Amino acid sequence: MIRYSLKKLALLAITFLGLSIVAFSLIRMVPGDPVLMMLGERGASPESYAEMKATLGLDQPYIKQFGLFIWHAVHGDLGNSIVSNQSVVREFFDRFPATLELSVVALLFAMMVGLPLGIIAAIKRNTFFDYAFMGVSLVGYSMPIFWWGLILILVASVNVFDLPFFGWTPVSGRISPMFEIDSVTGFLFIDVWFSKDSWAAFWDALKHVLLPAIAMGTIPLAVIARMTRSSLLEVLGEDYIRTAKAKGLSTRRVIMVHALRNAMIPIVTVIGLSFGMVIKGAILTETIFSWPGIGRWLVNSVTSLDYPVIQGGVLLIGMAIVVVNLIVDLAYLWIDPKLRDAHDRSK
Amino acid sequence: MIDQNELNAQMPTGFQDFWHSFRQNKGALIGTWIILIFILIAMLASLLAPHDPTKIFEGKYLVPPFWQDGSSSEFILGTDDLGRDLLSRLIYGARISVGVGFLVTVFSLIAGTLIGLLAGYRGGRTDTIIMRVMDILMALPSILLAIVVVAILGTGLFNAVVAVSIIKIPSFVRLVRASVIVEKQKDYVVASKTFGASGFRQAFINIFPNILAPLIVQSTLAFSDGILDIAALGFLGLGAQPPLPEWGTMLVSAKNFFQSASYIVTLPGVCILIVVLGFNLLGDGLRDALDPRLKK
Amino acid sequence: MNILEVKNLSVGFKTRHGLVHAVKDVSFEVHQGETLGIVGESGSGKSVSSLAVMGLLPSNAMVEASSLSLGRTDLLKASEKHMRMLRGGEMGMIFQDPMTSLNPSFTIGYQLMEALRYHQESLDKKQRHAKAIELLDHVGITSPEARMKAYPHQLSGGMCQRVMIAMAIAGKPQLLIADEPTTALDVTIQAQILNLLDRLRVEDKMSMILITHDIGVVAQHSDRMMVMYAGQVVETGKTTDVIQKPSHPYTQSLLDAYAYLQSEKKARGVS
Repeated sequence: MIRYSLKKLALLAITFLGLSIVAFSLIRMVPGDPVLMMLGERGASPESYAEMKATLGLDQPYIKQFGLFIWHAVHGDLGNSIVSNQSVVREFFDRFPATLELSVVALLFAMMVGLPLGIIAAIKRNTFFDYAFMGVSLVGYSMPIFWWGLILILVASVNVFDLPFFGWTPVSGRISPMFEIDSVTGFLFIDVWFSKDSWAAFWDALKHVLLPAIAMGTIPLAVIARMTRSSLLEVLGEDYIRTAKAKGLSTRRVIMVHALRNAMIPIVTVIGLSFGMVIKGAILTETIFSWPGIGRWLVNSVTSLDYPVIQGGVLLIGMAIVVVNLIVDLAYLWIDPKLRDAHDRSK
Repeated sequence: MIDQNELNAQMPTGFQDFWHSFRQNKGALIGTWIILIFILIAMLASLLAPHDPTKIFEGKYLVPPFWQDGSSSEFILGTDDLGRDLLSRLIYGARISVGVGFLVTVFSLIAGTLIGLLAGYRGGRTDTIIMRVMDILMALPSILLAIVVVAILGTGLFNAVVAVSIIKIPSFVRLVRASVIVEKQKDYVVASKTFGASGFRQAFINIFPNILAPLIVQSTLAFSDGILDIAALGFLGLGAQPPLPEWGTMLVSAKNFFQSASYIVTLPGVCILIVVLGFNLLGDGLRDALDPRLKK
Repeated sequence: MNILEVKNLSVGFKTRHGLVHAVKDVSFEVHQGETLGIVGESGSGKSVSSLAVMGLLPSNAMVEASSLSLGRTDLLKASEKHMRMLRGGEMGMIFQDPMTSLNPSFTIGYQLMEALRYHQESLDKKQRHAKAIELLDHVGITSPEARMKAYPHQLSGGMCQRVMIAMAIAGKPQLLIADEPTTALDVTIQAQILNLLDRLRVEDKMSMILITHDIGVVAQHSDRMMVMYAGQVVETGKTTDVIQKPSHPYTQSLLDAYAYLQSEKKARGVS
């Protein structure tokens, strides 16, 4: 187990190196002179040009530049944003909690709806429920979520169809400006409890997160539902399910305990991989709902050609995803005793 | 080893099996029809569209579609905020979306197959390096990478196609590489090498029957993903630029008017959804029909 | 007294190509304390018949019978809830492949105690644990306490089958159905398992149905036997009678094949 974790950590280091190369090459691959590009309209006097080049370290040979980049990166320094002149790492961690919070809510939504849909479809195989749920899942899977977000706003917030119970979800941001929340952890759902009217603030934050979470969670929901169904169907044909039935267990227990525990192994993979999908969703969803997270930050940095931010952002987001994948791998060991043994034996 | 005659005898039944189970899959048939209709629309865009998609009709801004009051028979689906005919724009949009989907699929299929063959056949260090790079590419969310590539190349439809193609490469590489590794250990490849024949060529020719099925399925998925990602880039303002009638790009300007004229937001999105759904239905159907493990 | 009575049992499966009959008009009974051996090749309907008794056939199966009773219980009229009580309670079943018949994600102890929880409700958790160890010991598993924490893949096939047997008898059933219990096991283990089943039947006062394609197994381990072919019963009777004086040509051919195999083995010096 320890050996396995170490092996995974070594892989993590290699991935970090690879990501660094990608991020590093990025700024050097830009056609034309990045320094001129960055100085842009402000006009480039020879002095400011040389100064900029020196700040960016672009006057050094490539290999030295890369060494310095890695050296600084390991020490938590990825340079400063050209637009705000703030540290890229700091800007990232200021925004990351917002994205993480949204992602977690989105994934929870996806699991809470996707798992039951998949389970019911598998149990009621080839019935109306099965076809209906899988049809809905495929539509969800095919959804252009940037458009889906707009439609959600249109229907649920603007309430164009004048539906009852709709129209109370806010359209943008994490919380209404009337609440003054000090950033203690950066996670709003924790920070609200340190403020005056915690319940009102909590409720307000919940209202804000609802639509973006649904938009972001739709594709993972569909993937989870489909995977749950097929995985469960496969497991339900196994011999040990017949044994469980022969023991006189209720159908409910056979499915929820004996079948689901084994079906969970591929489902966990999919949920883990969903995190990548959720981040992809974040880039689009945050733009639509003006969510102050890393997705919007990155898109803005591309539009304003803020290269240090693009470079650092890619590295940090990539690492975040790789770390999540590592956690998923470790979660396997907990679920699948066979795998756990295989690793213990290799010790 | 399978005898060649036996293999030939198996082929037609294999295809019949496939066709039998494909035809019974209603979803796959619907998907096929959707795709055929959109391809037809794309090809006949200039005949079908009532107007030039970029022509601005002065004073005819935000004319509502036929089901709303104040509609005009000249513009069946209404006009956008600049007074362009929405139906024509949607029809020409089909041409762009189907076109980019096709380009992305072909680019990534060819590049991915070649890289996969190289990695699988060479093995050793080449393989390790290639697969590491692919792992890193796969670790990053596709749209993030596409954004990065666009940041390097600059915005525009063609650059977006290149970006999206690059991010689709790893899935093909993995598929091809895995098959090559299995195949090159087989006797005939080893045997042909001893006769001085090119083992690479042998492997190349022989793996194709084996990976054709998964490659087709993967291509369908690349097609739908490609359309979605291009539209997403367009929506972020990083893909096709106005006045190109690309569906994702159309949503950018539309979202400022969506309270007063919701149809200009709704319709392009519905088009994207239907096309992507069509490809996913087809992909699902093909996978079920081609993958014997999933057969009941 | 009859523990199990099956009269005119027919089972069909609904498929795309219409109804396919697996068992046609089969009748048999199991007496108190005896072992009924059912022999036949695969597809002869022997497993399907016993799964019909257990109520474990898939949902596309159509079961018809004029009588199907376990003790005084009419299985045809029993509710699903009642059937659950009977399964693992009044009747237990073990299967062909012990390695895949145990859930890979749970420990032996968990799976055993689960059976106890459903059929011996008076026991608390501690008592169930003790009882489970006792059962493992009963089926001849050494150091049962340590095995409780093992996962199925950590045990050999023979051990897994012993665990399966322990689970099947946890509810003190009157009837134990063993469906090809030794087919997936090594020859030496086969004899051990069959002897274990014989011992348990006597000690725990059970009746047993022993399903196998091996007429030699039936000859040694059953009181009465029934030969099935293509979903129908071709011959029933006392095992000694059937073996000595088979009345049906199919039984005769089974015996011939068996005798031939035995002589072959002897000739090659394999026992």
